[in-house]
Amino acid sequence: MSAPAVRWSPGGFVPPETRARIRAFSDAHRSMSILVAMSVVSLLMILLPHVPPLSFLSTATPWYDSFANAGTFMLLAMGLNIVVGLTGLLDLGYAAFFAIGSYAYAFSNSPFSHQNLPFFPMLIVGAAIAALFGIALGAPTLRLRGDYLAIMTLGFGEIVPIVFLNLDKWTKGTNGISGIYRPEPLPILGEFTPITSFNYMVVMLFVVTVAMMLIYRLQDSRIGRAWVAIREDELAAAANGINTVVTKLLAFALGATLSGFAGVFNASKLTIVSPDQFYFTVSFTVMAMVIIGGMGNIWGVAAGAFVVYMIQAVLLKQVNAIVELLNVPAFNLGPIQVNLGAINFLEYQYLLYGLALVAMMLKRPEGLFPSSARRAELHTIVAPEVATAVGALGETPGADEDLGGDPGEAVP
Amino acid sequence: MTASSVAARSRARAGGRAIRVTGFVIVAVLAYMGLLFVSFQQSWLVGTSVLPPDRALPLALQQTINALSIGAIYALIALGYTMVYGIIELINFAHGDVFMIGAFLAVVLTGGIFGQSGDVTNIPFLAFLLLAALLFTMPLTGGLNMFIERVFYRPFRGGNRLAPLITAVGVSFILQNLALVVAGSGDRAAPQIFPLEWQIPVGGAEISVLSIFIFALAVVLMLLLQGFVTRTRLGRAMRATAQDQQAASLMGVDLNQTIALTFLLGGALAGAAGVVWGLRFGFVRQDLGFNAGLKAFTSAVLGGIGNITGAALGGFIIGFVENFAVSLGFSRWSEFVVFLILTIVLIFRPTGILGQQLGDRA
Repeated sequence: MSAPAVRWSPGGFVPPETRARIRAFSDAHRSMSILVAMSVVSLLMILLPHVPPLSFLSTATPWYDSFANAGTFMLLAMGLNIVVGLTGLLDLGYAAFFAIGSYAYAFSNSPFSHQNLPFFPMLIVGAAIAALFGIALGAPTLRLRGDYLAIMTLGFGEIVPIVFLNLDKWTKGTNGISGIYRPEPLPILGEFTPITSFNYMVVMLFVVTVAMMLIYRLQDSRIGRAWVAIREDELAAAANGINTVVTKLLAFALGATLSGFAGVFNASKLTIVSPDQFYFTVSFTVMAMVIIGGMGNIWGVAAGAFVVYMIQAVLLKQVNAIVELLNVPAFNLGPIQVNLGAINFLEYQYLLYGLALVAMMLKRPEGLFPSSARRAELHTIVAPEVATAVGALGETPGADEDLGGDPGEAVP
Repeated sequence: MTASSVAARSRARAGGRAIRVTGFVIVAVLAYMGLLFVSFQQSWLVGTSVLPPDRALPLALQQTINALSIGAIYALIALGYTMVYGIIELINFAHGDVFMIGAFLAVVLTGGIFGQSGDVTNIPFLAFLLLAALLFTMPLTGGLNMFIERVFYRPFRGGNRLAPLITAVGVSFILQNLALVVAGSGDRAAPQIFPLEWQIPVGGAEISVLSIFIFALAVVLMLLLQGFVTRTRLGRAMRATAQDQQAASLMGVDLNQTIALTFLLGGALAGAAGVVWGLRFGFVRQDLGFNAGLKAFTSAVLGGIGNITGAALGGFIIGFVENFAVSLGFSRWSEFVVFLILTIVLIFRPTGILGQQLGDRA
């Protein structure tokens, strides 16, 4: 089954000339265009909760709250994108660094540890600690390839929460560390309170903007090109003088840095950290965000993270309310009577989430906003069933490539 | 050289291999028992619960048998992971949940349809029930796995490798949620029809007959699988497809059929593992598949993914490692130890114990 010929694309309604002009501008002035885009996004975020259908579902505060949380996942997804999307290292235990960042803040800012260090410096310190662990995990995995790396990182992702769970003398085990202090008040916006979450959203917007600018700059730098080279062909990259060890470790470290930021932010927002916040579901969700967003494309991944988070944490929780709002009458489906209003959709949350993931992957395996290189890559490969159906050797690019091309070397 | 002499030689080689494998297994099991025996007497390891030698030996034997039975369960699940990986290079995250469904189906049959809730001491009836549970569960889980492949994985074949990974986890969520909705949350009792009191007293310890049964069942199933893969035409098609899909299809192998068959076999083995899980642990839960699947997948990687013997070996190693941690009173750390061992093995053998170098695919 190949993808349908007619494709939906985010810029479908904009005339091509305008689109080309926008693209040329954004290529020339990356940071500026990020700033402009993020300001638009910020405005939208502040206004959106007051638009009627959305304001009916819930008041502005829960919206700001989930926007701030979505920001956490955007940071995580952008960090994982460095490791998976740019460098091509499959990391399934990314939540481990998120956990390390969160616990780092919890240790520095809670009644349990009798510390109260300032938030913004801790944002850096927590990220640095996570980066160190990123290097520590990266080092033994350098020789591993593909799925062996995946299982090892998966193992690391499992080990870290277990360690936090079992070392209850220092982490209070299952209960987690609670009563974590909130950040100190911002100059104009004032106190961070659980009631409005507005400040958290502002801080998150700021952090995401800065992170995005930095990653775009990195991607176009020597390091970024080295990452992509390693993703495409590690041997060739090494042969061209790229120090693959340092470059891969740097990818792990920078990926972990971003999740460290996210962790510190998350701990200060939730004011509690416990091991069950960091199990495989988190690693997987971030992975899904990266893939659904369009691996390798930085803004695509961030947007994908936002979409997936909103589906998972907001939409699925609101399905009951939406169905109620739509007021679908009960109807008969053959002998079965269907009354959507009577179904508690919260019970089916994961089912719907799973279905949404599967549907998104089946419809757009390259993600919602793929990078142009990846889109091209995915649409030249012909599935082997098509190749076998055609039956003739060498007529499809996929078959040609896999059989090694040169017949002279295949026959001795 | 005539065909018959080639066949005779390969038979002789297979015979030699069987003897070597059996010898290795016996040595490994004895070594593990020795290790447990020595560890039970180390105060720095077990603290105050140091055992004198005359009590440590039977306990070591008992724990070794337990390790073999839990290892057998992991190995059965791991086979499905490794076969699927070998053939389409997909980490089938839904496989653990197929195992979970198998455990539920066995409960439905023995508890629901046959109305059993506890020990069945009538041996022929017990044998009938066990056989019925296996024959009921294995085709259904195999079919379920085949259905999953057909609907959720086949559209991706030959292209993107990460999209099916996400789909696999999506399927895993769907199965878990279905089980949650149908059976409710929390532990559900599974009828332990195999009497747990059947134990062979050795010294001061008791060896559970159930554990021996589980181990024996797993070995029989693995030998059947091995026989199928190495001796039959379809098995040969499977191996050929695993080696090179394009070449296999050019030689007339029906890829769709072969891959479906692989999923069928893997699902059936997971179903068998589900049946014995209920017997051994007496409960089923909707998130059972995740942990068991994770350990089974670890086993497959440890043994060298794609390698059937490796998966079995890895399953038993994980069983031993976990049992070692549990026997010495570190059950909270058992997963930690499992992944630590995995890390150490992968550092020194990046492709697992029996694996060969794969291409660079991420």
